[in-house]
Amino acid sequence: MSAAELATSPAARPLRHRPLRHRPLRHRPLRHVSTRFLRSELRLIFGRRRNQAGLGVLAVVPLILAITVTVSTPRPGHGPDFLASITSNGLFVALSSLSIELTLFLPLAVGTIAGDSIAGEANIGTLRYLLAVPVHRTRLLAVKFAAITIFSLVATLWVSLVGVAAGLALFGGGEMTMLSGGQIGMGPAVLRVVMATVYLGLCFASLGAIGLFISTLTEQPIGATIAVVILNVMSFILDSIPQLSWLHEWLPTHWWMAFGDFFRDPVAWDGLIRGLLTAAGYALVFWLAAWARFSDKDVTG
Amino acid sequence: MSEGDEFAVATAGLTKRFSAQVAVNAIDLLVPRGSVYGFLGPNGSGKTTTIRMLLGLIRPTSGHHRLLGKAMPHNSGQVLPLVGSLVEGPAFHPYLTARANLQRLDSVDRHADPRTTKARVDGALDRVGLLAAADKKYRAYSLGMRQRLAIAGTLLAPRELLVLDEPTNGLDPQGTREVRHLIGSLADDGATVLVSSHLLSEVEQVCTHIGVMHVGRLLTQGPIAEVRAVSEPRARVETDRPADAATVLRALGLTDIAIESGVVVGTLGALVPDKIVAALVHAGVPVTGFAVTQPSLEDLFVSLTGEGFNVSG
Repeated sequence: MSAAELATSPAARPLRHRPLRHRPLRHRPLRHVSTRFLRSELRLIFGRRRNQAGLGVLAVVPLILAITVTVSTPRPGHGPDFLASITSNGLFVALSSLSIELTLFLPLAVGTIAGDSIAGEANIGTLRYLLAVPVHRTRLLAVKFAAITIFSLVATLWVSLVGVAAGLALFGGGEMTMLSGGQIGMGPAVLRVVMATVYLGLCFASLGAIGLFISTLTEQPIGATIAVVILNVMSFILDSIPQLSWLHEWLPTHWWMAFGDFFRDPVAWDGLIRGLLTAAGYALVFWLAAWARFSDKDVTG
Repeated sequence: MSEGDEFAVATAGLTKRFSAQVAVNAIDLLVPRGSVYGFLGPNGSGKTTTIRMLLGLIRPTSGHHRLLGKAMPHNSGQVLPLVGSLVEGPAFHPYLTARANLQRLDSVDRHADPRTTKARVDGALDRVGLLAAADKKYRAYSLGMRQRLAIAGTLLAPRELLVLDEPTNGLDPQGTREVRHLIGSLADDGATVLVSSHLLSEVEQVCTHIGVMHVGRLLTQGPIAEVRAVSEPRARVETDRPADAATVLRALGLTDIAIESGVVVGTLGALVPDKIVAALVHAGVPVTGFAVTQPSLEDLFVSLTGEGFNVSG
């Protein structure tokens, strides 16, 4: 065995028998307000290769969009068609990317993080060690949901940011022509893109709350993620069946497309407010469901 | 010091019933403060389930328990920061380094001072001999190193009680010895140590107290000398005339005499062993071998349960 091996081989290193010096024991003051746990969660989420790769995939859509549109300009379609307006203002690359990714990619990204939140820790066994530290179960769920919400906002902002950067580089900025026909200046236009992005980020976070709940039911994070994606797709399908129109406004995804209402003059707040209330409702109900499920669950994993 | 404070762990009728079976059956575990308590039993006897209940990970079906004199799980926020635990093997994030994993554990502890995290993490890693491998990913760790890391996790903060579930699993003989020393040094610091094991001999050497579990029941517990006293030393005579030897032993007052081929064994009682050989020689019985054996914990376990130290179903 070489000297280098000796230095790293644990068997070669005897355990130390120094006395613990930090007595007396009961002098460990409680920190009532601390963001350490949340920051640790965010480091876990954003430091993980898989999640970084996921964010990379999310960025591909605006890039592809911007490049393909420079190659061939699409014909105008119908509805809130941001795609047709891309060449007039680069900001529309961000909006088009959001409307493409909101059906699957962004919900999948949020679903992955939410599915992992409890089930991932249970799966590798770290959950029991967190609880033994101790971390109160309510605090655990609160921090996990805060981290999901932050991830959701960051992922959505990331798509917008890449879209805006690519769009401005290839098509330039300037006055923005609204869906309602009028025009606004570049500054207000950027502000509206940011508001639309935050709106969608909050919508995805409510899906994340559903994911958090499902994550307390299983020890298989992938299963929880798949369940979130299925619910998301199911919601879009139900939303497209006219016979179920009575149900539509209650579906978690129904108001997501309302983010386009930020680009009317004036902003059409009705749908957006309904969207935010729906998101808040889903978030509250499913966070409480997660709490009811998890607060006295036996942790055997 | 209030009543009940003399025990670091005290359970009363603690029971856990899973749908099909009773995993832990009304046990009254008493771990005196300052003791090293060996919690023994074969795999599946209910040790880990008991430990999970102690830490509040699972809810007892009935019964209650106190840790460090405080009722659980009601006071877990006050008590658990003083308890270091290793439950059912190590568990860490595989894609983080050992150091990052310990920092993660420390960051969720509301009693931990972030200014001292680095020093405490390094100190804990050093104490289990992992400092040189601190920046390796957990994924790359061997089972023995993982076990050490889990022990390091219990040493991040000063503890009054350590609950170590099978701490020597996966360790080589050298590592096992080191863990034994570590347990001893923790006890010297004044901590109470509850250590579970399915390897009887391993625990025997460090414990002051033992408790024996079998199919969910706590068969016996107490200071190791008292528990051992239940089974007395036995004399073992090797001879080619076992029947005659047995007669002599019986006359001397030995009890529980068993004759096997060429060997006679009897319980010594108050008799001084020297007298036996003299009496045998005096009676003309040839003695080819003689020994006085203190029963091992394994023998004790067999005598308590009537069966071997096997997995209970």
